[in-house]
Amino acid sequence: MTDIAAGRLPPDLLAANFSDAHPPLNPHEAVVEASRCYFCYDAPCMEACPTGIDIPGFIKKIGTGNLRGSALKILEQNIFGGSCARVCPTEILCEGACVRMAEEERPVRIGALQRRATDWLMDNDPTPFHRAPATGKRVAVVGGGPAGIACAHRLALKGHDVTVFEARPKSGGLNEYGIAAYKLPDDFAQRELDFILSVGGITIENGQALGRDLDIHTLQRAFDAVFLGIGLSGVRALALEGETLAGVRNAVDFIAELRQTGDKGTLPVGRRVVVIGGGNTAIDAATQARRLGAEDVTIVYRRGASEMSATGDEQDWAQTNGVRIRHWATPHRLLGSAGHVTGVEFMRTKADATGRAMPTGETFTLDADMVLKAVGQVFVADPLHSNGGLALGVEDGRIAVDAERRTSLPKVFAGGDCVAGADLTVSAVQDGKLAAEAIHRQLMG
Amino acid sequence: MADLRTNFAGIRSPNPFWLASAPPTDKEYNVVRAFEAGWGGVVWKTLGEDPPIVNVSSRYGAVGWGGQRIAGFNNIELITDRPLQVNLDEIRRVKRNWPDRAVVVSIMVPCTEDAWKKILPQVEDTGCDGIELNFGCPHGMSERNMGAAVGQVPEYVQMVAAWCKHYSKLPVIVKLTPNITDILKPARAALAGGADAVSLINTVMSITAVNLDLMAPEPTVDGQGSHGGYCGPAVKPIALRMVGDIARDPEMHNLPISGIGGVSTWRDAAEFIALGAGNVQVCTAAMHRGFRIVEDMIDGLSNWMDSKGYAAIADFQGRAVKNYVHWGDLNLNFKTIAQIDQDKCIKCGLCHIACEDTSHQSIAALRVDGKRRYEVIEEECVGCNLCAHVCPVENCITMVPQPATKPKLVWANHPNNPSYVPEAAE
Ligand SMILES: Cc1cc2nc3c(=O)[nH]c(=O)nc-3n(C[C@H](O)[C@H](O)[C@H](O)COP(=O)(O)OP(=O)(O)OC[C@H]3O[C@@H](n4cnc5c(N)ncnc54)[C@H](O)[C@@H]3O)c2cc1C
Ligand SMILES: Cc1cc2nc3c(=O)[nH]c(=O)nc-3n(C[C@H](O)[C@H](O)[C@H](O)COP(=O)(O)O)c2cc1C
Ligand code: SF4
Repeated sequence: MTDIAAGRLPPDLLAANFSDAHPPLNPHEAVVEASRCYFCYDAPCMEACPTGIDIPGFIKKIGTGNLRGSALKILEQNIFGGSCARVCPTEILCEGACVRMAEEERPVRIGALQRRATDWLMDNDPTPFHRAPATGKRVAVVGGGPAGIACAHRLALKGHDVTVFEARPKSGGLNEYGIAAYKLPDDFAQRELDFILSVGGITIENGQALGRDLDIHTLQRAFDAVFLGIGLSGVRALALEGETLAGVRNAVDFIAELRQTGDKGTLPVGRRVVVIGGGNTAIDAATQARRLGAEDVTIVYRRGASEMSATGDEQDWAQTNGVRIRHWATPHRLLGSAGHVTGVEFMRTKADATGRAMPTGETFTLDADMVLKAVGQVFVADPLHSNGGLALGVEDGRIAVDAERRTSLPKVFAGGDCVAGADLTVSAVQDGKLAAEAIHRQLMG
Repeated sequence: MADLRTNFAGIRSPNPFWLASAPPTDKEYNVVRAFEAGWGGVVWKTLGEDPPIVNVSSRYGAVGWGGQRIAGFNNIELITDRPLQVNLDEIRRVKRNWPDRAVVVSIMVPCTEDAWKKILPQVEDTGCDGIELNFGCPHGMSERNMGAAVGQVPEYVQMVAAWCKHYSKLPVIVKLTPNITDILKPARAALAGGADAVSLINTVMSITAVNLDLMAPEPTVDGQGSHGGYCGPAVKPIALRMVGDIARDPEMHNLPISGIGGVSTWRDAAEFIALGAGNVQVCTAAMHRGFRIVEDMIDGLSNWMDSKGYAAIADFQGRAVKNYVHWGDLNLNFKTIAQIDQDKCIKCGLCHIACEDTSHQSIAALRVDGKRRYEVIEEECVGCNLCAHVCPVENCITMVPQPATKPKLVWANHPNNPSYVPEAAE
């Protein structure tokens, strides 16, 4: 009997499970934490932040009580400073580089301080932006995720008018549909979006998909420049027998549904859940399944803990939430009965000379009511077809860009997950920012 | 176990830690709690004439630092606000119940012989061990020609000290105000008046902060503020200097000194004693954390003395005095150079930017294989210690004295000194 059911936990517990995983620092805690910052010269943390925020600078301002100045310093480099404060894997970014790590393995809590400053600004000065005089230039941005919105905001600040075409009914990209619910609770994605859009000069057209409602060449002609921030819209399949059984889902779809459901008590989840993959998507899907009340959640990854793309902190987090992580096994067969999945047969693997996972022939089976696939999101180039062919260069499965985020097509730029580089919110923001600067130079040059 | 007992100007106490005249010694209740906690003595909150003064509400200001509370403390309180007889009765009872502890009574009355002549026998009658003359209070009382108003005029200090010696058999400690240019003047005056000891410092005139919403100095009383007296860890350097000046002054003839100002730990106490003090008095540290701090003061001082082989307080008292010299006596040929322990360096770059921007451009910021590396340029280093002070890592930057290549040279003999006359060459 497969067991998939909604409402496994009482409402108050569900509410607690999906509220802020890491509550904010109170004002005094923030000042004390800020005082731990040495105000380094040539600070290693700044170099480790993909958007290059002046970290010692903003922290010092928290210490002096200049929260407005602190937040503006953050937003100057990273307009998504609020969500980055909540979602960045700081342990491998700024905090990993903090000199206090070398000293005592306890970094300054840069993410939490960044949140203190940006929260203060959003609460106390919700419209802090001032646009430069209108230039009369118009830019099209495709994709309303962090990359697209960061690009649009920077362009709007510089006086250009921006139209964002977004396929989904809501904007925000994975901030709205992908990030774990307890990282961005209380509708933060939309609140931050409203805050960013308060700059003015940005029009969003939802339900407009490139490749379906729009064509890249038309955009190129109708606008002075185009930015593509369309993310990764495909998911890798397991390519195994039984993949279409009921109860087998893409982890990203499971998460998107969870993010869009207000009453978590209505979400069905398996009693026993198996998650396949080794990245943050696997971690998030597994942890959220546990927090919905799944009894037994196991992540299975084909290689070892150190090869997982999920950071050590993320792995710890999943385990703290009662998720079991099994290494060195790859799915072999999905087992089912009456059209519904009942388990997964795995084959044990071991590392070959180059470290790749090789099947050993030995198998084991995990019973499952639900199987979530998290073996990678992929870029889908179809929307970029025009006049019967691919309109711009694609390299290694992502849009090819130069250092200024220029594609092979004139006036067309791209950034975020759809180009090469780390698939992180903060990297997407940096791409959008760099592209906006390049577009601005081109438009005004 | 080191012997911590002291005999200060004839007043015995089991350890050198006394509570200074202030709220912690305001009444029997506090003082008994202090003695229970282990304090060696108290200087009772300053007594005055009846009717008692009246205090304002909102009395203290404080300076925090980097999230730490009370680096400096300031008050606009006056002397005791309780009737004289109430205090005298309590003092008598406390002394009777705690015979092994020092009970000194602080006094401040108007600068007339009659006033002193009247109060001294009353105080002596309590059985207390000594009196301390409060010539230091920088606010409120000086406006009534008492406290610092007296302490700032050496002739008055001498005169009042002499009255006290005349009308009382008790040891007389004169408490000095730091709100004066040359601390030796009132100190010598106290000696001339016959005082048995001096204690210092009282509080430093101060405004802790300006409240930018009320646009008034803090602490604010109904929207206004007044200057107060500053104390706590921030004033310790000022106090040490003044104690040292008195201790090394030959004219003071080793008059006992009670060191006060920012004493918070056994180490602070050891420093005051090494610079000549016979004991220490504490106020702010106790007000910050309660009387229990004395436990570690006693324990820590004792352990430190054991580790140094000092059996009694007298064994190290004043040991640093001979090394407290005038600038002109320092050796201009001595050289020390900064050294960075690369294994301890955490790459914060603070030494570099401090030296580069504000000192002698003697620390190079390098990248070796992409990694930060900070190196001292020894030829440029003047040995100012700035980098060692800014470095957040203990013992990462040390100042290394260089081997002497030339004999000691002081300013008087330096060729750059305009008044130096070279000896005629043969
Ligand atoms: C489950 C999950 C969890 C994650 N957790 C974290 C995390 O904790 N921390 C972190 O830093 N990163 C995390 N990431 C990665 C991060 O979310 C992405 O790197 C980031 O959102 C990339 O921003 P983007 O703007 O490039 O793409 P997206 O956020 O994907 O936005 C792309 C937008 O373009 C729209 N779009 C797509 N195709 C078209 C089209 N043809 N026409 C019009 N619009 C289109 C999409 O609807 C979407 O709104 C996570 C990702 C996933 C999947
Ligand atoms: C609230 C307060 C009240 C004080 N009242 C007196 C007093 O009545 N008489 C006196 O001699 N000194 C008084 N002082 C000064 C202290 O005795 C002491 O000299 C000074 O605080 C420095 O020591 P500290 O740094 O340990 O606090 C007072 C200090 C404070 C903080
Ligand atoms: S502790 Fe605070 S409330 Fe109590 S008397 Fe002092 S100032 Fe007033």
